[in-house]
Order: sequence, then C-alpha cells, then structure tokens
Amino acid sequence: MMKKRPVMTKKIKISINGMTVEVKEGITILDAARSVGVIIPTLCYHKDLCIAGNCRVCVVEVAGQKRLAAACATPCEEEMEIFTNSLNVLHSRKEIIELLLSEHNADCTSCFKNGNCELQKLASDYKILKQDFIRLVPFKKYSIDKYSPSIIKDDSKCIRCQRCVRTCSELQGINALTVAYKGDQMKITTFFEKPINDVVCSTCGQCINHCPTGALVERNYIEKVWDAISDSTKHVIVQTAPAVRVGLGEELGFGHGERVTGKMVTALKRLGFDAVMDTDFTADLTIMEEGTELLTRLKRALVDHDPEVKLPMATSCSPGWIKYMEHIFPEFLEHLSTCKSPQQMFGALAKTYYAKARNLNPEKIVSVSIMPCTAKKFEASRPEMHASGYRDVDYVLTTRELAIMIKQAGIDFMKLEDSHFDRIMGESTGAAVIFGATGGVMEAALRTVYELVTGREVPFKNLNITPVRGIEGVREATVRIENPLTEWAFLDGVELKCAVAHGLVNAKKVMDSIKSGESDYHFVEIMACPGGCLGGGGQPIPTNPEIRRKRSEAIYAEDAGMPIRKSHQNPEIIKIYNDFLDHPLSEKSHHLLHTHYTERERF
Amino acid sequence: MTISYQLKRADFIFKNQNDWEEVLSKSISRTPQELINELISSELKGRGGAGFPTGLKWKLTAEISDSTKYVICNADEGEPGTFKDREILSMVPFKVLTGMAVCGYVIGAKEGYIYLRGEYFFLLPELNKIIREFEYYCKEIKFDFTIRIFMGSGAYICGEETALFESMEGKRGEPRNKPPYPSNYGYMGKPTVINNVETLAHTYTIFKYGAKRFYDLGVQYSRGSKLFSVSGDTPKPGIYELELGMSLADFVEEFGDGDTKAVQVGGASGFLVPRKRFNETAIGFQGKLVGISLPTGGSMMLFNSSRSMFNVLDNYLEFFREESCGQCTPCRVGCQQLLKGIKAVKRGEKNTKYLDKLLRLTETMKLTAKCGLGQSVANSFSSIVENFREEMIY
Repeated sequence: MMKKRPVMTKKIKISINGMTVEVKEGITILDAARSVGVIIPTLCYHKDLCIAGNCRVCVVEVAGQKRLAAACATPCEEEMEIFTNSLNVLHSRKEIIELLLSEHNADCTSCFKNGNCELQKLASDYKILKQDFIRLVPFKKYSIDKYSPSIIKDDSKCIRCQRCVRTCSELQGINALTVAYKGDQMKITTFFEKPINDVVCSTCGQCINHCPTGALVERNYIEKVWDAISDSTKHVIVQTAPAVRVGLGEELGFGHGERVTGKMVTALKRLGFDAVMDTDFTADLTIMEEGTELLTRLKRALVDHDPEVKLPMATSCSPGWIKYMEHIFPEFLEHLSTCKSPQQMFGALAKTYYAKARNLNPEKIVSVSIMPCTAKKFEASRPEMHASGYRDVDYVLTTRELAIMIKQAGIDFMKLEDSHFDRIMGESTGAAVIFGATGGVMEAALRTVYELVTGREVPFKNLNITPVRGIEGVREATVRIENPLTEWAFLDGVELKCAVAHGLVNAKKVMDSIKSGESDYHFVEIMACPGGCLGGGGQPIPTNPEIRRKRSEAIYAEDAGMPIRKSHQNPEIIKIYNDFLDHPLSEKSHHLLHTHYTERERF
Repeated sequence: MTISYQLKRADFIFKNQNDWEEVLSKSISRTPQELINELISSELKGRGGAGFPTGLKWKLTAEISDSTKYVICNADEGEPGTFKDREILSMVPFKVLTGMAVCGYVIGAKEGYIYLRGEYFFLLPELNKIIREFEYYCKEIKFDFTIRIFMGSGAYICGEETALFESMEGKRGEPRNKPPYPSNYGYMGKPTVINNVETLAHTYTIFKYGAKRFYDLGVQYSRGSKLFSVSGDTPKPGIYELELGMSLADFVEEFGDGDTKAVQVGGASGFLVPRKRFNETAIGFQGKLVGISLPTGGSMMLFNSSRSMFNVLDNYLEFFREESCGQCTPCRVGCQQLLKGIKAVKRGEKNTKYLDKLLRLTETMKLTAKCGLGQSVANSFSSIVENFREEMIY
C-alpha cells in the first residue's frame, strides 16, 4: 500500500478526456478528474483510508502507457493525457465488475445492504446483463460469522477490497480483521479464523460503515422490535441517542447533517412505541455522576493523597472504547469512570424509576434504544447490564435500522410534523446533545463541574469550550480553577488538564502517553469512532470527513438552540435526584448507574 | 523469417571467483560515475526476466539523495523451471556479494540484503559463513558494507520486487502501487536497488574485464550471456551459459530430443512457442530484432509430442491460482476463471467460443492487473490456447 506522498504545490497541466486541466502536482488522477466533474468509479478507494489500488475498477488509459493505470493510485504528471472512457477502459472496467460478481454471492434481494451496495450500483450503472463467467461462489466453503451481537460477517459477499482491514488498522489501530491466505483462498478474517466475537474486536462497527457490500453488516433486531410493538401486553419504550437526530435524515431524503429531531420523535410515535424518550436525559445524568466522580477522585488525590486513586479518569460512554480498553489496556481499567453509558443508565432507570412512576410491571416493559453504534448492541448484551433485575436494554437498533422501520411502516418522513419527547425521561439540555460529537462529553462535563466548583459559568464565550471541539485526532485543553466555593477550596489554582481523542488509533496515542508517564492529564474523553458518535458504526453509510463535519455542525447548532445548556439545570435531572436517586454517587445510583469492567484476551 | 544467430556457449558466470578481493578493491577505487558508465555501456539488462537496464537502475538510485539506501539481491527464485540462481549462490557466491558491495558503493548504500527463497534454506549456513568472510575483508580495506540474509517463506509473489520489500518489512507480501518505484521508495521507503542474483554476478564480469568483453557477446538489444535452466523433454537437462540472441531452432537442435513439439520460454509467466515458430523466434530482450524475440528469466522447458498442452496449461494455471497474492481483482478472480474455464470447455460444459472470452479476459488481466504476475498470466495462456486450440477442446 502506498504511503502518503508529500504535498506539493507546483501546478502542472494535464488533459482529461481532451480537456486541459491545471492541477497540483502529485495529486492522483482520481482527484484530478473529480475536480473537473469527471467521475471515475471506485470500490476499494475510501476517503478515510490509505490508497490500496486493488479492485482495479478505477483504471484509466494514459497516453503512451502500455497498461491501464489505477486512477486512485497514480499521481498526475506533467503533460499526462488521460482517457477515462476509452473503449479499452470501458471494456476492462466492465470485465472487472463481471469478475467481481462471479466471485460474489449476488443474492441481492435477500441482502441487508440491498439498495445501498456499491457493487450493486456498479453492476447497475454498467448494465451487467449477462454473466458468462463461471459462478465461483458454490465452489468455496464460505461461512457466515453470526456469533457477535453486533457484527455479522458473510465472506460470500466479500470483494476483498480490504477497506475493513484498513479501517480496523488505520482508524482503530486494532487489526482485528486481517488478510489471510493467498490466491483464490485469500480472505479477510480474524486471528486463527475465530469468530469476531472471540477476538480483539471492539465491535465499533467502523468496518460495517466502510464495507462497500453486504459482507459486514450489523446484527439487526428489526423483526424483534416489530414483534414487541405489536404485542399488546408489552409496554415498549424507546430512547434515541444524540447523534441519531443528525444522521437519520440522510437515510430518508434529507441532506447530510440535517437535524430531524422532531420528525424522528413523530415517526417513532407513529411506529407504535408506547413512549418515546431521550438518551440525552441520561447523558445529562451521566454528567452529574461522572462529574461528581471526577471531583471525588481529585479530592482523594489532592487532599487525601490516596495512592490508590486513579487519575486521569477516562470517560466510559463509548462501549467500543470500553471493550478496547478491556482487550488492550486491562491494567488501566480502573481509570475508566465507573459510570455506565447513557444508554445503560436509561435502561436501568426505565425498568425501575420509570416503571414505578408509570405504575408498570417492569417485566412487561420492552426497552429499545436507537443508537449510532453497533458496540451498543454488544454493551446491552453484557451479563452485568441487569441492574433493574431484568435485561436493562432489550434491543438496540442502529440509525440505519430505524430508517428501515420507518420505510417499512410507510411513513413519509419528510412530511412529518415535529413533536416532543415524552416525559419523564425526555427532557434534555444542550450539554447532552453534544455527547454526539467528539469533545462533547468533555465540554458538557466542564460546563457542569466548573460551575459546581466555582459557582460561576465556565469562562468561555456562550459556554462554547472551543479548545475541545474540532477534528484533530487528539486535542488538549487546560482549565484553571480560581476562587472556588469554600467546600472545593483545595482546587484553587488547580489547572485541570484534559485530553480528547476520537478513533481508537488516537486513543492508543493518549493511552501510550499516559502509560509512559509523559502526560499528566486529569480527565480524558475518548470516543471509539472518528468524529465521535456522529461518525459511529451504526450511522448512515457512506461516511467521510465532509459528512462528519456536517453532522458535527448540526450537533453544535442543536446545542446552541437549546434553552438549557448545562446538565445540572435539567429539571428532570433535578427531579430524579429529588424523587429517586437522592444525590450523585448515592447507593442507589451506584447500584443502577455504575458498573465494572472485565479483562479480555489480546488477540 | 529465420533468425540467423547461432547458439554460442559462454563461460563467465561459473568461472573462477577467487579474485573477488581484487575486483572489489579495484572497483571501489574508481568513481561511482565511472562504474555506472561501465555498466551502461555494457548494456546489461536485468536477468530476472523483466530486463530493466541495470546501469540505469543504479544511476537512478544513485541520483536520489538520502543518507540511507539499500541494495537487495533478489534470490527468491520461484519461476517454474528456473534453478540457476541456486547454482550461482552455491558455486560463485563471492561474485554476487562483490556485485552487491560495488552497487552499495555506487549508490551510497551501506546495507545489503539477500532475500533467499524459503526452499533454499539449505544454502543458509554456507552463505552466512561466506558473508562473514566477505565482511571481514570489507572491514580490512575499511569499506563500510554489511550483508544480511532474509529468508522468504515460499510465496512466489514475493519475488515481485515491491512484494519482496513488504515481506522484508514484516508485512503481507503484496505488490505495491507503482509509482513510486524502488529507486525512490523501496525497502523501508528508502531508495533501493534490487537486482537478480545472476545480474549481480554479471556485474562482476563487467567490472573485472570491462564492458566491452560483455558487450561483444550476444546481439543488438540483447548483449552478453545468460544462464539457461533447461528442463523437460531433453536428453541433457541442466544449466547452460549461452549468448543471448540465438534462434530457438538452434536451441532445440542442441537440447531437444528430436521430437520437440513446443518450448516454454520464461517459465509459467513466459510464452509457449510451437515447433512451426522455432525458426522465427530469438531468445533475447524485446527490441527491433528480426522475428519474435522472447525474454526469459532463464527457464526453458521443452515438450515433446507425448505431452498434452492442455495439461501443461492446466498446470500453469493451477500454479497461478494458488500463487496470486489475491489482492487485485483481475489476477485473483481472473486466474480462477481461466482455470475453471478451460476445464469446463474440455468437459464440454462451455462451448468452444468460451475460449475466446477467456482470451479477452487475459487481455484485461494484462492491461489492468496490479503487478507483473497478473499481467503475465496472459502470456502462457494466449500462446498455448492460440497455438494448440484443438488440444484444449478434444
């Protein structure tokens, strides 16, 4: 695979299909063509990943060269004459698509990705009407790995573009998926071909987001949810994560990063859920619990000089990150906040607090969550997530699965009116919404912690803590605490050192610097996926930096438009502490809202 | 058209290597530019099969400024029917080491590696001993150059230069995208010269006797001598050093068993020449030579009339199906289709026109495959199917 080439600014002249074009020296033929509106089809190419150049679908003709060049991997050179549609190119490209189809289980009508498959689209664009090549699928012993609660891998649909392999390596630094064997036996697999569920996989689902076909998909629970909804003896409640509202629209006719919160709530009600509530509520609750936990740890470290206290404390909202830590840095598990993720806090409260308030038998409650995430499916299936006495979250659907249900129900999403979340776990704040973006949990926590400690608002304009926002893989910020309230006097003059990272490859950088003693952070926020939850493994496909940027803008716009923007001011949060939990880190909240972690194998 | 060049034996490669110390110290007393000029005027081309001009390769790498560069000797001799590099490394290893060291001097590399084919593990102890002796002498003359051996693990594709680098870097042996080429971006991303074992042995001859002695052998565009691995239906299989440019008819005259039906020139990735074309085929690099000129890494397989060309092709395709690295579509799927395709035609499951579809497929593979492996499957396939179509069907 080609390494990144140095950026050069010199301009050169090339011609594409007879048009003279001036481009930056060193850019690929693919980028040059796209810049002038010439589309070259691709499969193994992905904006998030390094160049592989192995599918060969993007071949073009370069005058004077005997062979066709892969547009994604060939840099432009001065005077290059490029033809993207010559007969040679069209014929070769079509034949390559035919070859891919001959090796692919093209059972499109029974494929989860039917309608959103890059190979299917190419076959349609190039009208592969007759397949003369011998079907290779029946000759191979393909297996479907369906043992993970999150990810299903079907090798018969794999086109070996290695996008998942590069994703797992470059974005996540895990290498749970790798290439094995050669020639016709070459396949994408795991360590010793174990099921995905038994290897180092974080279940983040980024491989699904980057897979062009149906070889990697989420385990879907759509039928189960329909069954629950239609069962009149069940009370089916649903919670929606912050990032879903800025992604869902993409599957249903809206542009990238359109906010569809109100429509989403209406759609969920029309689908027949008995109550539509918001994970944002428990995001606010997480801030209360996690913020207090941080302050407790700081006190133990600074006042009690307790050698057992673990700092920095790391956030625990991202279940992909949690599982990563359990595999890769088990010796640091005590650094993770003991707080459950908002999803699991919600699940535990739904079958206790909510059941009691609504006078429902928790046994009859079915708790569904809509998440931008596949790791949440795994998280909900953890054996310890039964704090309510039942499984806290019964079914987790991705944003994509919800979109499918909305389509199945015949709801014309674009025409829906807005409506509001139901009480008593539906109120939220701007602080909760930004959980959906990288840096959001940190920002929300700082807004509350700073105010709790000093009695004043965090000293950033409009509460926007911009240093923790952005797209850099690792960001650092320092907040100096001055003139705290008397009970927090020990924090006077303390510089709270924070770090934010997204994408597990960046998480590793942060963890390595902590491990080596190079960094002395107090508080670290990590999100497993690029961009945070808005770029999660359960979000609409495709994903790329541009799409993630739009979703991020939507998240911060949603925050800015909220009347309340600090978690501790959420009236429902105040109410739940008054009526049910007493105070953060109370015995009850320990039982329902906190958890523990398990060391896992490293292969 | 008939090729007039005669088969001429030569004897340089395996001749006395005992003067290696002198050749080395004499060479590094000259300027790099002189040595490059010497190589360029000898017109030595790579003996691995691809035939890239060696002098130019050294020159391009020498021109890149970088404090770290590498010289790599490609001893991953995996082409079916080739077994000459093994003999060079057993008989005259000092010539190869000297070639590497001089190359290091020319391009400014202090480290050399021999990428040794996994199956040649038995050569390792002796080679290591010889390298120690060689390095000892280098130290003595205060010439800073070390050589290490990297063992391959049996994959044919790792003989492809960029796959070889990947393999050495501890990664999966898969060819890289080109450009960048090794002269810019080779092993560990550093400028690298990678030469075949025999090429390096020839540089020894050139530095010892001068370019002219080498240039005088062979014919235009195909200068010098070359080792041939002769196998198949021949009364005298073995390794022979011959001048380039001979006609295939002469070759068959010398090595055939009187009933030669076809010769596979260049191993599984080479071309099959049927009897009717022996006269018009020369063995050398492509140029404006009379008739057809076929390059070879040295593999010459002779087949007599008892051989089924279907079986020969089947065997080659079986080889490629397994030895393709599997990353690019045309090669991975193409090889499977070709193999299954000829079997289906033979069994009557596909009609004979399907052979034409397969021939078109090899054209696509030649145009679009990522590396030389996938591109060259077309060579044997089309030359066998076009010349022995009946044998594919009946």
